[in-house]
Amino acid sequence: MSALDEVIGTARVVVCCGSGGVGKTTSAAALGMQAARLGRRAVVVTIDPAKRLADALGIAGGLTNEPTRLALDLSGNLSGNLSGNLSGNLSGDAPGELWALMLDAATTFDGLVAANAGSPEQAERILANNFYRNVAGSFSGTQEYMAAERLHDLHLDERFDVVIVDTPPTRNALDFLDAPGTLTRLLDHPLFRLLMVPTKRGLKVLNLAAQPLLRTIGKVVGGEVLTDAIAFFQAFAGMETGFRERADQVMALLRSDETKFVLVASPRSDTVDEARYFAARLGESALSVAALVVNRSTPVFGEPPRRRPTSADKAALYDNLVELRAMAATERRNLEPLLEFARTPATWVPLLPGDVHDLDGLDTIRSLLFAAEPANG
Amino acid sequence: MDPLQFLTAARVAVVAGKGGVGKTTVTAVLARAAAASGLRVLAVELDGKPTLADLLGDVPNLTITPQAALAEYLETHGLKRVAKRLASSGVIDVVATAAPGIDDIVVLGKIKQLERSGDYDLIVVDGPAAGHAITFLMSAQSLLDTVRGGPLRTQATEVAEMMRDAERVQVVLVTLPETTPVNEMIETAYALEERVHAHLGPVVVNGIDLGAMLAADAAPAGSAMRVAAEFRNARRALHLAESTRLSDELALPQIHLPLVAGSHLDLALVNELAAAWLAGGTR
Repeated sequence: MSALDEVIGTARVVVCCGSGGVGKTTSAAALGMQAARLGRRAVVVTIDPAKRLADALGIAGGLTNEPTRLALDLSGNLSGNLSGNLSGNLSGDAPGELWALMLDAATTFDGLVAANAGSPEQAERILANNFYRNVAGSFSGTQEYMAAERLHDLHLDERFDVVIVDTPPTRNALDFLDAPGTLTRLLDHPLFRLLMVPTKRGLKVLNLAAQPLLRTIGKVVGGEVLTDAIAFFQAFAGMETGFRERADQVMALLRSDETKFVLVASPRSDTVDEARYFAARLGESALSVAALVVNRSTPVFGEPPRRRPTSADKAALYDNLVELRAMAATERRNLEPLLEFARTPATWVPLLPGDVHDLDGLDTIRSLLFAAEPANG
Repeated sequence: MDPLQFLTAARVAVVAGKGGVGKTTVTAVLARAAAASGLRVLAVELDGKPTLADLLGDVPNLTITPQAALAEYLETHGLKRVAKRLASSGVIDVVATAAPGIDDIVVLGKIKQLERSGDYDLIVVDGPAAGHAITFLMSAQSLLDTVRGGPLRTQATEVAEMMRDAERVQVVLVTLPETTPVNEMIETAYALEERVHAHLGPVVVNGIDLGAMLAADAAPAGSAMRVAAEFRNARRALHLAESTRLSDELALPQIHLPLVAGSHLDLALVNELAAAWLAGGTR
């Protein structure tokens, strides 16, 4: 049983992490397919702005912020979305299920505000605030924060046995671990402290004009920008306890034994460096890489003949084989520091002759990830 | 297109593309090629990635972070005391949230200052990933919409002018010769032209393998030579199809950086790629 088999058979939460362009989204979807084949009820949370996963899963309308159930036939193959294809396909003994959703960070954030607000009026004031809209829409870290938030929600949802999440393609692919603290860090911000002084009757907002620092910031960035920020902090008063507790719960889940991290890498030397950095960051947080997936590796072909053939055609084939073997060897050398560091064997998924953009391609990836023998040793 | 003509077309080249397509490699190759052509080059990177510096040899490089750029900006505008307090209290995070794009605009402002200094013939910027590239390059326009006065608005106005000037900035998009990356690059190219009015330089197709098709059936079926040849042929067919489709759908010259077998990416390889490109040119 490979590390990956164990993760997908037992974990309650699986986080796929790694730098951009290494195939995280595809890997997450393939892991979900496998979980369903094992009879588990899996939900895959993707953050793929290109909507490629929806296309690959054959969901014409695209994925939404709510889980959509995908139909599986008895062998576990996907066959389009449920509405068109329900009957007969789900009658197995322990039918697994595969659900998928595409994270809409702003909508999720709005829901969180509404759930934590003391009154509908307070929620409305916050939702209408420009500063809040920027936080929900483009603040760095919001996507990760909401992904972690969603993951926690789905983990508690009785419809699902396992939640598989694809982390956002950020500049810094590591933000996910700290993401639940995004808002509380903002609330802990000196500016917030400057504005809010605790009194017997709760938080009181200081007079803006009395703050020389704020006046100066206003001069640089323009007064209305600051006014919006202050209005946001004012509107938020009273909600921070709820948000803090929530963030603590999400952090606790990410750090619990129920959550497993699958590190996805490719054998290019620059992405290996980033993957190794990520493994180090997990280590610093007393977490570990449960499984390592190396995507897009050059396949390892058999030994070339002892002697280079003399005919031109065959010699070209010989040279090609030697060249591909050299590429595969270089990739393995590139990966060595990471393999050593992550202390878990890698599952190698070879580069396919074509691009993965449909169900069959996804199922091919799944079968390569869960081959009895890891592909290419 | 003559490589030297491209390298001297604009003072700044921003290299952009989605994660994993090799932006850093392309940045290094362009910088080394320009240096080899006798140009005074500066390489700029924004992510604090350690990899770029190792690939540049004697080409100087500079890391620009929003924090440092803002502090420098304030200092040069007579707000030194405030700069210190802003930095120490971390107010920049809140300010950047209040007016999205401020962090990008101060970075672009610093690039503008370098461009204006006349110290360099070419500044190659290892830009942000495609998703962020549009917001990064659009930050001046976004800021002009939210901030109505003050020194940052002036800065944004000047940056927006620079971004639209084909003689000052060109954007170099990078892709791999595969279906999804090519689709995403085409979308990005249109978005940049329509929304930023940025001038697009040649596109770079990285890691392309365009050798002649191998006579796979000269080896016995199932043999390692045969299977390896079939694999290589399939990859080459995909790369040819995708680079052809790219030129059909996007009327921009292409720079092909070949797939290099069995080599670790280092300065020697970057120099090799740069020399090959200077000799072979742009398609």
